[in-house]
Amino acid sequence: MNMALWFTLVGAALAAIALHAFFSRRHPLRRLIALNIMGSGIFLVLIGLARLYPGTLPDPVPHAMVLTGIVVAVSATAFGLVLLRRLARLGRGET
Amino acid sequence: MNPADLLVWLVLLPVLLAALLFVAPEGWRTRLGQLGTLLCASLALLLAWQVLQHGPISVALGNWQPPLGIRLHADGLSALMLALTALVALPLAAHAPAWFVRHEAAQSRAGAFFWPLWMFQWAALNLLFLAGDLFNAYVGLELSGLAAVALVALGGQRAALEAALRYLLLALFGSMLYLLGVALLYGAGGVLDLTLLGAQLEADHASRAALLLITLGLLIKTALLPFHFWLPAAHANAPAPVSAILSGLVVKASFVLLLRIWFEIFHPIGLGGAGEVLGALGIAAIIWGSLQAMRQERIKLLVAWSTVAQLGYLFLIFALAVELAWAGSVLHALSHGLAKAALFLAAGNIVLALGHDQIHRLHGAAGKLPLTFFTVALAGVSLMGLPPSGGFAAKWLMLQAAIDLGRWPYVVAIIGGSLLAAGYLFPLLRHALAGTHDPRQREGERLLSRWLEFPPLLLATLALLLGLMALLPMSLLSGGMPVSLR
Repeated sequence: MNMALWFTLVGAALAAIALHAFFSRRHPLRRLIALNIMGSGIFLVLIGLARLYPGTLPDPVPHAMVLTGIVVAVSATAFGLVLLRRLARLGRGET
Repeated sequence: MNPADLLVWLVLLPVLLAALLFVAPEGWRTRLGQLGTLLCASLALLLAWQVLQHGPISVALGNWQPPLGIRLHADGLSALMLALTALVALPLAAHAPAWFVRHEAAQSRAGAFFWPLWMFQWAALNLLFLAGDLFNAYVGLELSGLAAVALVALGGQRAALEAALRYLLLALFGSMLYLLGVALLYGAGGVLDLTLLGAQLEADHASRAALLLITLGLLIKTALLPFHFWLPAAHANAPAPVSAILSGLVVKASFVLLLRIWFEIFHPIGLGGAGEVLGALGIAAIIWGSLQAMRQERIKLLVAWSTVAQLGYLFLIFALAVELAWAGSVLHALSHGLAKAALFLAAGNIVLALGHDQIHRLHGAAGKLPLTFFTVALAGVSLMGLPPSGGFAAKWLMLQAAIDLGRWPYVVAIIGGSLLAAGYLFPLLRHALAGTHDPRQREGERLLSRWLEFPPLLLATLALLLGLMALLPMSLLSGGMPVSLR
């Protein structure tokens, strides 16, 4: 088994685990983390795809996609955390 | 300006404006935002005119040709959706500042952040309508989703934040599925460009799995039943101008992308029964959304559930895959965009003027707010699909397609959906019109300013006019019909 296929399989496994977590957990923080892990899994799949054909140069397009995806994931996570914190503070204010 | 430059500026200008609006002093933001709206809307309408005159326009950014470069492409469908966004944005630019000023007596500084976020949203919408490749569309989806969530959160109260968080999680989940599908497609074909993919895709397991993932992702974002559950809370708890943007425009963007992916990439290789499933879900959405809308007691929730129902119509095209239904579906996206924006703004006005949103307490409200309830009725005409509105023209085209194909369940659903729409819109008007003969209620000061009442009226009138001028969008569309349907 070459490295690329290994990356793809590990990525798929990570995405599947995270998918399960996203649906089985109720707390928004856990679901946000699940989404992050799912994102990492998908990025690994993309990196695997970049050198699916051994002996050729790695394809730069999936790398560019992963970089963009990471930026999106970081900002979305930060935004989700801000929302969560605001909600938590509101909750404390009420009780 | 070179027509190709228009495409680039339509994406770039709102982004630059959004960045500028974030740092601009709060006192300047309204004027700056209105000026920016005028600029962006003129560009969009100019582009629509260019496409009408000279046909589709394509531009390879930085002269890098696909598959390596990014292509922006404006065909009839993009031109119509860009024009719809511009036509909603213009009245909104007059309404939103007035609404936030009135609303803010009790609330936070939401109005100051409305403009930059809305400009980001606008940039994302334009990007989605112009994207010529799947990954660029992914960036548009994410930008649109994040801006939409932030706009919902502007509501500030607990319900709005909870709805925003749920919306965020589902939107992210949807785009993850979409990205995984795109990755599979890229692995199979080595290209991301829509046209190139359509030319070379083969009907194997990888492409079927990709289609399934992409479709699921986009269905979550478009809130087709059974993925609609996040929509009513998010759309109903957002500030009224935001609800108009979300219900009128944002859900349409992911639908347009789905439409392109199905009919430009996958339709040529044959989809089997998958389209039937989407069509059946569309029917289910029409029925379930309408029944829920009838049960609502809060006016904005009623309008939001009506969106769930009306989105169902859009998906009938996947089962009735013929040119007539395609045109009907696009026309429905346009007329619903205008009518629903009008209805949400009017609903926001009612809540603002009366201080509550209970439908059963609307008794006599039409006497106090005649213009706003006239807007509700006018927008309702288009939602129910009565002639001569845009909603009528759209449903008529779909009906004709369904009859031509002999698909009777669809005929029943299209007609029945209009009756159901009457079922949730008439009680609203009945409550408001009851007791308006009481002369004492006609006295007193004007409850809402002109800036609040006329923009929604304009939107509702546009939705009505769309039916009378349906030939204009049709001629734009005929040039951009997907090859697979011709």
